[in-house]
Amino acid sequence: MELTVALVIGALTASGVYLLLRARTFPVVLGLTLLSYGVNLFLFATGRLMTGGQPILGSTETYSDPLPQALVLTAIVIGFAMTAFVVVLALRSQADHQDDHVDGANHNGHQNSTVSQEQSR
Amino acid sequence: MTLSLVVLLPFLGAIAAPLFAQAGRTAIAIASSVPAVVALSILFPHWKTLASGNVFLETYQWLPSLGVSLSFRLDGLSMLFALLILVIGLLVIVYARYYLKPQENIGKFYALLLCFMGAMLGIVLSSNLLLMLIFWELTSVVSFLLIGYWSHKKDARRGARMALAITGGGGLALLAGILLLGHIVGSFELDQVLAAGALIKAHPLYPFALALVLLGAFTKSAQFPFHFWLPHAMQAPTPVSAYLHSATMVKAGVFLLARLYPALAGTEQWFFMVSFTGMLTLLIGAYVALFKHDLKGLLAYSTVSHLGLITLLFGMGTPLAAVAGLFHVVNHATFKASLFMAAGIIDHETGTRDMRHINGLWRFMPHTATLAMVSAASMAGVPLLNGFISKEMFFAEALQINLPGIWVYLPPVIATLAGIFGVAYSARFIHDVFFNGKPLNLPIYPPQEPPRYMKIPVEILVFACIMVGMFPAISVGPLLYAAAAATLGGPVPDYELAVLHGFNLPLLMSFLAFFGGLLLYTQRQRLFDFHARFKEIDEKAVFEALVARLVDRAHQFTARIENGSLQRYATLLVVSAIVVAVMPLSELGISIGANGLTPLDWPTALGALILVVCAFGTVYMHRSRFFALILLSVVGLMVSLGFVRFSSPDLAMTQLSVEVVTIVLLMLALYYMPSWTPVETPLSRRLRDGALALTAGAGMTLVTLAMLTQPFDSISSFFLANSKVGGGGTNVVNVILVDFRGFDTLGEITVLAIAALGIYAVLKGTTLPVPPGDGFGHPWARDNHPVMLRQIARPMLPLALMISAYVFLRGHNMPGGGFVAGLITSVALILQYVASGIVWTQERIPFRYHNVIALGLLFATVAGAGSYAYGYPFLTSAFGYITWPVVGKFEVASALVFDLGVYLAVVGATLLALVSIGRLSPHSATKSLKTRGSRWN
Repeated sequence: MELTVALVIGALTASGVYLLLRARTFPVVLGLTLLSYGVNLFLFATGRLMTGGQPILGSTETYSDPLPQALVLTAIVIGFAMTAFVVVLALRSQADHQDDHVDGANHNGHQNSTVSQEQSR
Repeated sequence: MTLSLVVLLPFLGAIAAPLFAQAGRTAIAIASSVPAVVALSILFPHWKTLASGNVFLETYQWLPSLGVSLSFRLDGLSMLFALLILVIGLLVIVYARYYLKPQENIGKFYALLLCFMGAMLGIVLSSNLLLMLIFWELTSVVSFLLIGYWSHKKDARRGARMALAITGGGGLALLAGILLLGHIVGSFELDQVLAAGALIKAHPLYPFALALVLLGAFTKSAQFPFHFWLPHAMQAPTPVSAYLHSATMVKAGVFLLARLYPALAGTEQWFFMVSFTGMLTLLIGAYVALFKHDLKGLLAYSTVSHLGLITLLFGMGTPLAAVAGLFHVVNHATFKASLFMAAGIIDHETGTRDMRHINGLWRFMPHTATLAMVSAASMAGVPLLNGFISKEMFFAEALQINLPGIWVYLPPVIATLAGIFGVAYSARFIHDVFFNGKPLNLPIYPPQEPPRYMKIPVEILVFACIMVGMFPAISVGPLLYAAAAATLGGPVPDYELAVLHGFNLPLLMSFLAFFGGLLLYTQRQRLFDFHARFKEIDEKAVFEALVARLVDRAHQFTARIENGSLQRYATLLVVSAIVVAVMPLSELGISIGANGLTPLDWPTALGALILVVCAFGTVYMHRSRFFALILLSVVGLMVSLGFVRFSSPDLAMTQLSVEVVTIVLLMLALYYMPSWTPVETPLSRRLRDGALALTAGAGMTLVTLAMLTQPFDSISSFFLANSKVGGGGTNVVNVILVDFRGFDTLGEITVLAIAALGIYAVLKGTTLPVPPGDGFGHPWARDNHPVMLRQIARPMLPLALMISAYVFLRGHNMPGGGFVAGLITSVALILQYVASGIVWTQERIPFRYHNVIALGLLFATVAGAGSYAYGYPFLTSAFGYITWPVVGKFEVASALVFDLGVYLAVVGATLLALVSIGRLSPHSATKSLKTRGSRWN
């Protein structure tokens, strides 16, 4: 079981990192999302794996560790906020440059992201 | 109470003084002198007890864990310096009233001057080394601001920057030195550090601590080779030069030597480092001063030289030399401050400070000339003036230095040489300025005596020079004795303050210096020619070039790392993470901890397989963005199933609802973006990224495996035990969120709110054209809001809201709570937007999401602050039970209000984000259901 979970986290990390290194916004967002799945699972796993031990008092004999769960719960919501923000940055960059590259190279004839953003203001 | 008040008063004055700026220069000068007068009247009564060796301590806790306390100490040494700071400060305040022009920003000037006074008092009165360092740095900062007071002048700005760089850098070294001292002693409190002298000097770290502390002292006191900032600091208004750069701030380094004398002095390292630095500075300063044509330049190098003299005295390490050093601190402050003030008057009345133009002023301003000549004579060491006595003591001590062999003559020779130069430049100051023919091309002609009151501070200082020079034992004796006792931290040697000690070797040296100096001055033209043959090293140019090169390097380095490519940043980040982790991970290897592996069941294996396949599928399909998104959503679903599998219903619910919102969000984004990612990077790059990714993944696998099989001990038993009794709920996760760790949650919903508002701000006013089709050539569907979807979505809303309310209310005891309920509500509302369009939905929602967010944060904060009313800390929850008619016994907890805040913040933030994106295209904002049809054509 532990090996499976470890492999799952590893696979999520690997896919996330690969997509994170792409040159366009959308794959990067996908990569971030995959990476945050991996990180959340990892944080969650710090409380160890337990079957049928939901931390609802009175519902079972032994309880799983509630603290990582509480941490991960907020992490999921914050992760969503972060994803949304990154998406919006990507959209704004698309609106300003008609381009979704994040490799810093000159694509649609704009100088570089900072300069043309200043120009567009 | 009183000591901290003395330090605080000038700062209060600095706030108050600018308020009087409108009332004129006299008003602000009077207002500014109030703190100094009050501080003097507080300190003065302690005078008697200090003389008998008493020490006043006053301590308040500040950061006890770091060893920082607000502790103040008044002993003889700090009294001497505090009096110097306050009295000369007062005189400078009066002087500046006439020096500054009415149209100048006098409020700023006096505020800064008082700030400096407070910081300087802080240095000398602090009993905690770290506290002292704070004031030390503050003086550097205020000095920077005061040198750059005429900020329109380029030289002033440069001089200010240089002074800050040197003294600030020295301050950093001092910080390191103090930390080392604190490490050795185990405390930063002065009395403990001073008492631990033997321990410090025997410690292996002593040389480092000493070197660092000395670096701080030498930069501040303008010792060679850091002396060059001081002449450039002369760009400051002259009252500042008189106060900061001759009388007080530059003495802070010397003060530090005196203050830490019992702790650091008396070793060979101390002797060599301090005395040789002092000797070099003494000679170089005196030599260069002679060649300066600028009045203030001459005085600045003379100050450098005298600071070297004091440093040399402290470096000798004998008690008598320390007494002489303290004495010279007082004497130098009096005659040099008055000379600066006189130079300021001359500058003020003639419009220049160049001694090649200023000549023969005796006829125009005899009063000022008399004052300046007495001070200059004191600087030269003429008998019956205070400079003479301490110089005699210095000569006597220079003869006492025990150096091997022929070197024993070095200190007396250097002392006499410096004395000769000192007399020569003093003679130049007198003769060149007040006699020597007629003035040449003065900007202001004829020069006149300054206003009567401008001369009063000078008169007071000159009077002090004469009094100390004629009656040293009566005028300054007791204060000096108290200061010496405090400095030495032990018995004070027998010494006699007298005008003449009979005919002896020091007196002979004085004669030699006096007549040698006069002779040198008469031969000055030859000396000037000789000096002109050498190319002068411009320290300023060297310094500026160094700084420029450093800035260049920094720019190059930044440009290399920060080239505008997110790809590069991400690569650097991943690579550095791998580099950091590779060593410990390779040691770890495939580690199975003591807990071992548990068997795998088939459903879990299947779920994991689907998850991994879809994750890799997302990568494989990522060029086709829509399919990648579908696969991503499967990954998310599997993750939430994983949470169910491993006993975490709350997480599963949250993950599921976030998943829905995220996918909607990404689909919305995809709507505006290209739906296809072309192949752009070369294969080698993709292989490299793949290798990085697999390495990162393998690392995470190893870490997770090792962690999962380790036995562990969690702090969670506390939460499990106290959830019901302390927090009133059985859902421990929820109780942690809203109660035990409520403050974290409050922070998190604040972040959420900020992110949503950020999204709103980033997208406000932005429009994005919508591509005509989906990227595969298919046009968009004509029916944007299909009837079926609308008809199903609308009845779903009340049902979903009811479920959301149910999940919310039961959250304290069963899986659920504010976060999940908020997300369910959001999903239900988003469905309405999807089904019926933004305009239709927005028309029916009578509030703005900004307000919802604000209300949520308000609820959460108020619920937290409510506990104050009952005398509990922030976010202590209370709960009780009430019986409702139908429902039965129901628990009411103040945490419920907090959770309501969470709920509202989540709903507001999620919807604000999504609606902002949905509005991006101009069509969606203007068109509604009524005019729907071929929207995108």
